[in-house]
Formats: sequence, C-alpha cells, structure tokens
Amino acid sequence: MPDKPAQPDAARLAVRKTYKLYVGGAFPRSESGRSYQVRAAKGGELLAFAAQASRKDARDAVEAARAAFGAWSSATAYNRGQVLYRAAEMIEGRAGQFAGEILAAEGMSMTAARRTVAAAIDRLVWYAGWPDKVAQVAGGANQVAGPYFNFSVPEPTGVVAVIAPAESSLLGLVSVVAPVIATGNAAVVVASEERPLPAITLSEVLATCDLPGGVVNMLTGRTGELAAVLAGHFDVNAIDITGAAAGSRAELARLAAANVKRVFLGEDDWAETPTPRRMLAFTETKTVWHPVGS
Amino acid sequence: MLSSQLRSPQGGDWLAGVSSDAALRQLLHGLPGVDQVGVHARAAALATRSIKKEAKLAALDLAVTMVDLTTLEGADTPGKVRSLCAKAMRPDPADAAVPPVAAVCVYPDLVAAAKAELGRGTVAVASVATAFPSGRASLKVKLADVADAVDAGADEIDMVIDRGAFLAGRYGQVCEEIRAVKEACGPAHLKVILETAELATLDNVVRASWLAMLAGADFIKTSTGKVSPAATPPVALVMLAAVRDFEQASGRLVGVKVAGGIRTAKDAIRYLVLVNETAGRTWLAPGLFRIGASSLLNDLLRQRGKQLSGRYQGQDYFTLD
Repeated sequence: MPDKPAQPDAARLAVRKTYKLYVGGAFPRSESGRSYQVRAAKGGELLAFAAQASRKDARDAVEAARAAFGAWSSATAYNRGQVLYRAAEMIEGRAGQFAGEILAAEGMSMTAARRTVAAAIDRLVWYAGWPDKVAQVAGGANQVAGPYFNFSVPEPTGVVAVIAPAESSLLGLVSVVAPVIATGNAAVVVASEERPLPAITLSEVLATCDLPGGVVNMLTGRTGELAAVLAGHFDVNAIDITGAAAGSRAELARLAAANVKRVFLGEDDWAETPTPRRMLAFTETKTVWHPVGS
Repeated sequence: MLSSQLRSPQGGDWLAGVSSDAALRQLLHGLPGVDQVGVHARAAALATRSIKKEAKLAALDLAVTMVDLTTLEGADTPGKVRSLCAKAMRPDPADAAVPPVAAVCVYPDLVAAAKAELGRGTVAVASVATAFPSGRASLKVKLADVADAVDAGADEIDMVIDRGAFLAGRYGQVCEEIRAVKEACGPAHLKVILETAELATLDNVVRASWLAMLAGADFIKTSTGKVSPAATPPVALVMLAAVRDFEQASGRLVGVKVAGGIRTAKDAIRYLVLVNETAGRTWLAPGLFRIGASSLLNDLLRQRGKQLSGRYQGQDYFTLD
C-alpha cells in the first residue's frame, strides 16, 4: 500500500509557543514578565508570543556582552571564522523552519523565502571568511621617517548595540550581526519588532554553534523602548541604528553622543553582496611603533 | 536562661567560670538549634525585597560607608595600597558627595604604607593577622603578627580562628587564643573571622559566633575570602541573629562583617535588608556592620551614577583599584 502524504490532524491542537530572550547564552524570560503577540504579515493570524524585553533586560544583556567580550575578542581570528561558518551550517540544517517563518513574517512566496534563507547562509559564509583577513585590508605596515617599524591593526570596538532591520527579518538581521561579531565585538541585538521569529530561531542556532554565551544577545520587544536605553548606556561602545525608525535616529544619535559612541547607519540592499564597511565601522585602529634592530 | 548564665555582676568578664572545654561545650551546645531550611527560606524571601529610588540611593551611600576596601594578594605593593587608600578617602573623584569608605584592609606589612597615606582622616586601617588565612601557626607567632600590625598603626585587626581546634571540640583553646589576641590588640578593634565555609553546619556557625563574642570579639566576620563559598545570606542571617541574641543576653553590641564574593550593589543591598530585618536598625551603621570587598565599590558607584543620571554607567569610567 503506498504511503499517503501526512495530513495535518484537524483534531489536534497546535502547540502555542511563548518564546524567550537570549541573554548571556541562556534563554531567560523578560524580567518584566511581559510578552506580545506576533502575527502573520498576511491575514494577521497569531503565530506565537514573543518576550517583550524591558530596560532591565537591556541592561542585563549589556552586562552579559561585556563579560563575553574579553574572551571573544582575544579568540584567534581563525577560531571566530570557524564559529561563524558553523552557524551557517546550522542554519542550513534548519532551512525549512527559517523559510516557513520568513514566509509567515514577510508574506512572500515559499520560493522567495527559500531563496532568502539561502542568501542569509551565503552571507554568513561570506563573513566567516573575513576574521583572519580584515587586518590585512584595514591594517598594514606604515612608512615612517625614523628607524621604526610602524604597524596599524584594527581591533574590535567593544560592546555594540545593533538595531536590526524591521523589514528583512533574517537576511537583514544576519547582514548586520555577522560583521559586528566577525571582528571580535560582542553584540546586543534588538530584533525586528513585528517580525521577531526568525531572530529567535537564529538565537537557538547561535546557542548551539560554539559561539560563546553573551557574544550575541537577542532582545525582542518594542524597538523604540530598547533602542533609547542602549543608545544612552555608558557601557555600550557603538550602536548600529540601521533598523531604527527614521524619525527616531537623530534622538538616538544624540543619546549616543553622551559617551561618544560610534554611530553607524547603513541602509543596504540586503540582496547585494556586501562590502567590508560594516566590519570596519566597528573597529578601532591601533598603531604600534617598534624600534628597528640593527 | 542564657542571660542568667552570662550576666556577671561586674559586667566585665563573661568567661568567668566557663573557660574549660567541658563548660564551653555545655554552653555552646545548649544554644538553640538552627532550622536550616527555615533560614534558607527566610534569606531567600528577604532577597526579593525591592529597594527603589530614594531608598536605593540612601542604601547605596550607606553601603559605601560600610565597605572595608580590601586588597589581600601576594602581589600587593605599597603603590597599590596607596592608590587604594586614595580611592577609600574619595571613592569617586568626580563627585565629592560620595562618602569615604569605613576602612582599608591590608596585610600587616603594608599597614604603615596605608596609615601614612590615610593620615588622620576618617578611614581606618584594618589588618589581617594571626597567620591569615589558614591560621596554622603557633600562638606565639600569631601574637607577634598582631603586635606587628598594631605597632604599625592598625586600627582594626582581623584574626582567624583555629578551625581545626574548633571542629575537634577544643573550644577552650580557641577561646584562649581569641582572648590573647584581644589583649595584644590593645586599643585596636578585633574582628574574628569564623571562616564559615569550613564550619560545615549553621549550628557550628552559631557556636563559633557565640564563642568569639564571649571571648571578647568586637566584630564577627564570615570569611577570609580565600575559601569558597565565602559570605552567603543564610550564614549572615544566622550571625546577625547571634549578635542580636548576644546583645539581649549580655548588653554588649558586637558587629558583623560579611566578606568575600560580594561584588554587586544588588548583593550589598540584600545584606542591608538582612541586617535591618534580623539584627535591627542599630546595626545599620559602619560601626556595627561592614562589607569586606574590593570590586563592590565600583558597582556601588555605577548604580549611584545610574540613580542620579538615569543612564546606565560603564565600567570604563571608574578606577580599577
């Protein structure tokens, strides 16, 4: 007897999901206990509940990122590349789930969703090749008028807050997070407010791909509420405001100026092959003088 | 019952008649037992208390005045002690409103350096002594250690008890040692470190607390900071109850110092709640409650900055030592 294709069981109730945050390598609930409804782009069907992070969750995420920064920034570039590549492998393994989530979140066709997942995997692989090459591109040996070797090397900035793009929930997210962590920064990411499910699944991927806990912290909730806290936080060294609403960017930049954070804004076409500029935006150039031996 | 056993007509020597092992055992083992589950539950319940806004700011400032800013490392130098002293007198160079800490805690050979730096200010110099942290030396050596620190100008001495003798039931020996050290201290205050992590049970913590108080301790202190776990809320709760009971029995106020592993302002405030709810308001003062710590001070300053400015503070803006 030929197998029949599996039919969804009409009598079975769907498992309602309430997702949590990803902070310090763990999945805590929001300290505030709040959650919000995530609905499909087409039809407005309830997809799941997501945790609605509070300012204290943002603070905890920054603490976790700061704690993780030391080990991650001093890991070898080769190791960082391997970890990113491993993350790409694991997205590949869950491609079906990601495609389903993008389809529901962004209201595109299944073909387009699959193509987007493939692009996100390729994007991660692209950045996975960079950690041990970025110093050759952004640094170098400088000519100086004296008996010295003079080197410039890019070093990670520190804790970087990333406001992920609101529209492109996976490809855009990967495109803004990967360049930050590739060079050794630790990231606090605010996921797309309306479309957080791919970001949550990406957290699950990152939690199991050898990325040390705290290097990426994923917050879901009201972007306006969280972005302001992160922009004003004195232990955050840089902020990517690409995903913030256009009207709020000036205020975020003003808050960020209090401790002279680096502020980056780059609305890229996520489908295009990127350039290294997002990586270089979150590095500091260190220049070393060394006497020439005779 | 206890008060009648303890109260002597002169109000002086609490140990008149109870200095033998047997007599001390009878007294210490006659103390009420500790409900361990109850203590843990009570400490956990008090840890959930929420302290906000003005109360939090007041608690942070109070905690700063209770800090014994500590450096007890083999790599300590006079230079490091000097910078620590500068921080003790003026914790936040950018804000004169932050009060100075209670004391600086160092090894005996660095007391002179600390004293020279602190001068006649309000910050006291505390020194660990008596073969800290293990306490494994003869009484002669321990007393010489104490005399050394006191001669160099220490205002407070942190001694360790002989945990081996205590656990073996040689209470008389422990008691005699504390009395001898107290005598060697002269005018200096004596803090007795129980090293609760090595005492195994909360009943033992209560007994060691009473033994130290009976022998003349001005403070009882949880830990050296060299053994894990160091200070924990349940242990602090039991010791705070012991000083409260001792005050009721004898009329003498003994302080409590928690030390080791207290790194965040949140932890510090939880201890203050424990103090208020267990021993009472009287103990909410640097003269009767201390927190031995090194990195805690920066977190207190960070949280203070947050309360005043509304922005979360970064660690880059505070001195390291």
